[in-house]
Amino acid sequence: MNAQTPAALSPYSSSAGKASRTETHTLSVLVDNEPGVLARVVGLFSGRGYNIESLTVAEVAHAQALSRITIVTTGAPETIEQISHQLERIVPIHKVTDLSLLDGFLQRELAMIKVRGKGEARTEALRLGEAFRARVIDATTESFIFELTGAPKKIDDFVELMRPIGLVEVARTGVAAITRGPQGM
Amino acid sequence: MSKTMTGAEMVVQALQDQGVTHLFGYPGGAVLPIYDALFHQTKIQHVLVRHEQGAAHAAEGYARSSGKVGCLLVTSGPGATNAVTGLTDALMDSIPVVCITGQVPTHLIGSDAFQECDTVGITRHCTKHNYLVRKIEDLPRILHEAFYIARSGRPGPVVIDIPKDVQFASGIYQPPKNIQHKTYHPQIKGDLAKIKQALAMMAKAKKPIFYTGGGVINAGPAASTLLRELAAQTGFPVTSTLMGLGAYPATGRNWLGMLGMHGSYEANNAMHDCDLMIAVGARFDDRITGRLDAFAPYSKKIHIDIDPSSINKNVAVDLAIVGDCAHVLEDMVRLWRSESLSADKKSLADWWSQIDRWRARKSFAYRKSDKTIKPQYAVERLYELTKGRKTLITTEVGQHQMWAAQHFHFEEPNRWMTSGGLGTMGYGLPAAIGAQLANRDALVVDIAGEASILMNIQELSTAKQYRCPVKIFILNNEYMGMVRQWQELLHGGRYSSSYSEALPDFVKLAEAYGLKGMRCSNPADLDAAIQEMIDSPEGVVFDCIVDKAENCLPMIPSGKAHNEMILPDADEDIGNVIDDKGKMLV
Ligand SMILES: Cc1ncc(C[n+]2csc(CCOP(=O)(O)OP(=O)(O)O)c2C)c(N)n1
Ligand SMILES: [Mg+2]
Repeated sequence: MNAQTPAALSPYSSSAGKASRTETHTLSVLVDNEPGVLARVVGLFSGRGYNIESLTVAEVAHAQALSRITIVTTGAPETIEQISHQLERIVPIHKVTDLSLLDGFLQRELAMIKVRGKGEARTEALRLGEAFRARVIDATTESFIFELTGAPKKIDDFVELMRPIGLVEVARTGVAAITRGPQGM
Repeated sequence: MSKTMTGAEMVVQALQDQGVTHLFGYPGGAVLPIYDALFHQTKIQHVLVRHEQGAAHAAEGYARSSGKVGCLLVTSGPGATNAVTGLTDALMDSIPVVCITGQVPTHLIGSDAFQECDTVGITRHCTKHNYLVRKIEDLPRILHEAFYIARSGRPGPVVIDIPKDVQFASGIYQPPKNIQHKTYHPQIKGDLAKIKQALAMMAKAKKPIFYTGGGVINAGPAASTLLRELAAQTGFPVTSTLMGLGAYPATGRNWLGMLGMHGSYEANNAMHDCDLMIAVGARFDDRITGRLDAFAPYSKKIHIDIDPSSINKNVAVDLAIVGDCAHVLEDMVRLWRSESLSADKKSLADWWSQIDRWRARKSFAYRKSDKTIKPQYAVERLYELTKGRKTLITTEVGQHQMWAAQHFHFEEPNRWMTSGGLGTMGYGLPAAIGAQLANRDALVVDIAGEASILMNIQELSTAKQYRCPVKIFILNNEYMGMVRQWQELLHGGRYSSSYSEALPDFVKLAEAYGLKGMRCSNPADLDAAIQEMIDSPEGVVFDCIVDKAENCLPMIPSGKAHNEMILPDADEDIGNVIDDKGKMLV
């Protein structure tokens, strides 16, 4: 989703004349798990022209019907501050935390990577898989499926290595993230 | 007291418990059970509009003029989609409205049933919040929550979509308790340390200005009173957005007039040159700021607003105070006094003399005529002849709206209702009906354009039916004047489709609806005609034939800064003012 519209050149645009840095931030959003809540969040991003690099959602507290949405977004720092405030306006949202502004956080993503090949390519794929601590979760005489968990960069790197060997396709979950240390969000 | 009742009965009971006196609506298959429940009661007056957009604007007019939540009831499908413009209007201008829509029964949802539409999907982007009620157990809570959300924090429209089977189902009704909403708790009180910091900045300022907006009106009459006090204590000049007119009285000593695209020369230049701007309940909209990179370049900015997302959205500020305007202003007034602060009187005196020099340009002046009625003159006479009464003004959208803002002067809040954010032609007549029903004792005038009024003209029937003596004062220039003006400015005077061709005879039209019709085209007859309109106990459509070519000035052309206004005496070369970049803007 792309929001870098030419409107950035408009005299009405707040970024006119200013070259604002683009940053990548990870937002954690705690929401009531009710119908339509994801549509509200996604609709906010498309309606206001914000970027979504990755979005994941799952229920995290069944008794309280709470879901956690993790959004990776890019933009100028002031745009990302706007995104947090705009998210806070959505009624069923409990809390928005910009993890990237905190001391430290972990992000992980799971990917399944299908690779096709015979002979030399096959051994090479297995060897690299081991080096990345990818698990083989399916195999035929001419293919493997690797399961790999890690920071998005690690998965990107692995996928790039598999490409010349015989990459068929990739399925990725998107990022889940959490702060380090004893405190919750 | 909890009681067993049907969903439809719960709706009516909840509206009563929420203090709704008037419900604007239009029936249809999916809301028949609610209409049946309304039939059996007398506490709420149902007002049958003639189009659902009218219901939404009437609810807005009711809300803005009374400070209460406006309420409407429409059927599924076309009823809901017709209300969308009004809901969007209420969202843009932060007007508290609850809209109840009927929906096809739950088991038919998603089957493209007759008059089904995805109401919550369609209205998600034009409401503050919306609900689809899936089971009767949720209905009482949702009904009360909707009112809480509509009126709390930054107000806005809320939709409750109720499938027909839920209306028929029975369950236990819960009255509104002190609802503790799970997630929605807007911050009301401002941070005291920041308020003190703001006051310290104010005490030091040499060229301060209060820039106030619709948020002051939304915070209730107390906020307006406090703003007046603070302005008196500090001696600072006050300007306001279109939406905030009336919070500070137009006859007040510190008043600079409205600011923005068609604001006064003194207000805009003071905004440009100020060294401290105190924005109160205003949102730095593009009609207000003009060219952003030249906006108030020498100023420190304080922003008081209940909506954190309004802060730093278009303009970065130096100090942000999140809170309800009334609460923050109260703290400011109290602390300014108790800490014996005072303004820099010497600098302030210089500032005021600068402002007086700008004021001397008389930027709202226009060439008088004794042959044709100048539209500004018509508004001026309407103002003079209605002075001293409780007069509520609504408008449509266009030049007439700006002339109304410039030449009708407001002393009190909640007397001025106009579509600011969305700029919806067709707003004024239904809003006038809503305002009249909330203020039976007031004179309600819709200052209209001949093109806009046709967008919801059917509501004349509603005015007739409910004996609303609203006055529709049409500044008839036979043009979509604002469009014509922009075509003159930007497109070489090629008036593509902006001539109001084949207009109806508004006098006969009024009579056809059972109202009084009047026409005036001679300036010499105008006062008597306006007086006759005011004195009439009926609804009146007044066709005021005005100069066709008049432009609305002064004006900050698009893409220009506050200190680059076109003044009335520069009328001649209006076609060359805007550069190519400016032409891209709206
Ligand atoms: C629903 C809607 N459609 C189109 C517009 C664009 N528009 C803005 S002002 C205007 C002309 C209004 O003409 P009129 O009501 O005669 O007012 P005047 O400017 O002549 O006073 C138009 C078409 C609008 N604001 N709203
Ligand atoms: Mg006109």
